[in-house]
Amino acid sequence: MTVGLFIPCYVNQFYPQAAIATLQLLRKVGVEVVYPSKQTCCGQPMANSGFEHLTQECNDLFLENFSKFDYIVAPSASCVLHVKQHLHSATDPAEADRVRSNVYELVEFLTDVLKVENLRARFPHKVGIHQSCHGLRGLYLAQMSELNALPFSKPVHLLNMVEGLELVTLDRPDECCGFGGTFCVAEEAVSVKMGKDRVTDHTKNGAEYITSVDLSCLMHLEGILHRNKSAIKAVHIAEILNSTL
Amino acid sequence: MEKGMKDHAALAEAFINDEERVDWHDGALWWIRQKRDIASKQIPEWEDLRETASRIKNNVLSNLHDYLLQFEANATLNGIKVHWAADAEEHNAIVYSILKDKDIKQMVKSKSMLTEECHLNEYLIERGVDVINSDLGEYIQQLDNEPPSHIVLPCIHKRKEEIGEIFHEHLGTEKGVSDPTTLTRFARRHLRDVFITRRAALTGVNFAVAETGEYVVCTNEGNADMGAHLSEVQIASMGIEKIIPKKAHLGVFLRLLARSATGQPITIYSSHFKKPREGQEMHLILVDLGRSRQLGRVDFRDSLKCIKCGACMNTCPVYRKSGGLSYHNTIAGPIGAILAPNLDMKKHADLPFASTLCGSCSNVCPVKINIHDQLYQWRQVIVREGYAANTKVLGMKAMAWTLSSPTSYSTLGKAGRWVLNNIPFAVNNKFNPWYKQRDMPDGPKESFDAWYAKNNSQDSEKD
Ligand code: SF4
Repeated sequence: MTVGLFIPCYVNQFYPQAAIATLQLLRKVGVEVVYPSKQTCCGQPMANSGFEHLTQECNDLFLENFSKFDYIVAPSASCVLHVKQHLHSATDPAEADRVRSNVYELVEFLTDVLKVENLRARFPHKVGIHQSCHGLRGLYLAQMSELNALPFSKPVHLLNMVEGLELVTLDRPDECCGFGGTFCVAEEAVSVKMGKDRVTDHTKNGAEYITSVDLSCLMHLEGILHRNKSAIKAVHIAEILNSTL
Repeated sequence: MEKGMKDHAALAEAFINDEERVDWHDGALWWIRQKRDIASKQIPEWEDLRETASRIKNNVLSNLHDYLLQFEANATLNGIKVHWAADAEEHNAIVYSILKDKDIKQMVKSKSMLTEECHLNEYLIERGVDVINSDLGEYIQQLDNEPPSHIVLPCIHKRKEEIGEIFHEHLGTEKGVSDPTTLTRFARRHLRDVFITRRAALTGVNFAVAETGEYVVCTNEGNADMGAHLSEVQIASMGIEKIIPKKAHLGVFLRLLARSATGQPITIYSSHFKKPREGQEMHLILVDLGRSRQLGRVDFRDSLKCIKCGACMNTCPVYRKSGGLSYHNTIAGPIGAILAPNLDMKKHADLPFASTLCGSCSNVCPVKINIHDQLYQWRQVIVREGYAANTKVLGMKAMAWTLSSPTSYSTLGKAGRWVLNNIPFAVNNKFNPWYKQRDMPDGPKESFDAWYAKNNSQDSEKD
């Protein structure tokens, strides 16, 4: 099994440490990983802004980069969801179909495909989980509070394997942070208010770190934390799971 | 957006300026959302109920024509006079002609979002008919000359002190009185006089049963019944999508409606109206107002399943932080944002973008409308039909061009990081909406691309 590592554009440019952690973590659990270097972006910012019709070249490029892999894994639920829902090909629809069903967010790949049951990791801190909405309700990484159904959480399942880590309980476990792609600038006032309120929930409940499966949410929350000189740090879940003993 | 009109972002920003109000608005609606969670989780078959309701409504939408005719035939047999209105103008004219016939100059109304959509009050007032909204929240909004900001909780954005002020100004209560019980008592006494003296009463319709020709109106204050029971002319206005096939289906919807709306097991009054009393006239107006057009839009027809419980608004973080009036449409929130562009795409082009697409609305919806998917779909339609701003179109084209080439992307990525590290003020300025209240990420020295090329050259697939 060879995994194609899909590192979304903004992760590549702004959060290389999370990408490195993802790569190392996958290797640590015994997976052969290749990073196709000609990748750019999944096209989500355009599609969510109403310009899905401009994403064909992004789609083609994605297929060119990733068709040969058994699995494609990325440290970003939102981008994975976009690929799963909207990757199309004019010339090879069957291949697009195959790729769509083989693309995984890192946490779901670790729990569902590899069925990882223990990790050698240590992170002795109080951590709050920010549920990315696309991870939660799109990829169903955890049970959402809206449904009348049994609770489960793939991120919690993995974080429970990390030594010393203490999860904090939030007042609103699955509220959106307000990032929302271009929403964060088009609706700046609402977006920031939502982000501030998410941060407050974590602060109030004693988190030292906010983690998430989505760096886009974290980039937004981190921007707010920095601006307000908060001591809380934002860290991608891959970095926690890859932290050494 | 029309020129000069404020869009959702601008109206929301104005609302958010009063942060204390936002916190309390957000908290009040979240509290109701939690009540809804508790109520829904007490019913083991909740998810089955949602599925059943959704399927019943799908059936209704696929056979709307037949159910409407069946309803009309049965209602007529019951003695109800059934009217058909294609749009707001026709609806209002029908109401007016019914009143004129009887020479009625005063009417009491119970809550009906449809008549809000039709701007019935203004229409009648212009023609010398006095209308009073008898639902307390709506009454307050009417006194303050503002539309409702929420379909279930019309004045949820107002503080009790503000309501006290409105009462003082319009009803002559003592200045400074803001105790809810005192104000409610006062309003109730005042409205009792209204009910007793009005000869005509208009209600909305929650459900109309095709099989029996009856309709059901749900309120918590009993104001619909009060009006209807005392009037000699009773009028009901309903959107054509409010039909359900059988009386047996009512149980499904009544269980879902109140729990989703307020967390109550059932609305205090679920009143069935089937035939006029002796000496009373009963009219029912079936209104299209864009419904059949929406039915024809494949991607959006599901929005007609809505039973107007308001749960999607209470759960929507954007709605909670920005207030219902920021949607500049009768129906606000997520469902409003998918209904509004059907009525006027240009005027409401901003609404489908007033969402993070978090998906909470779709999962809270008792009839399983895929609201957030429809918001996404509307965005595509709005752009295709040319209602996106030019700057956005150019920006998106530039983005598509950059991202379609790995070389231009990597060059720009390097440039972006260089800018962040060396001249942050180029991006950290007031023209950058990100920077206004958030810091930009620290630009790392090298991208992952560069790191990987250095550290993993053996697996790297370079060009
Ligand atoms: S869309 Fe669904 S949740 Fe929203 S008001 Fe309608 S029925 Fe209720």
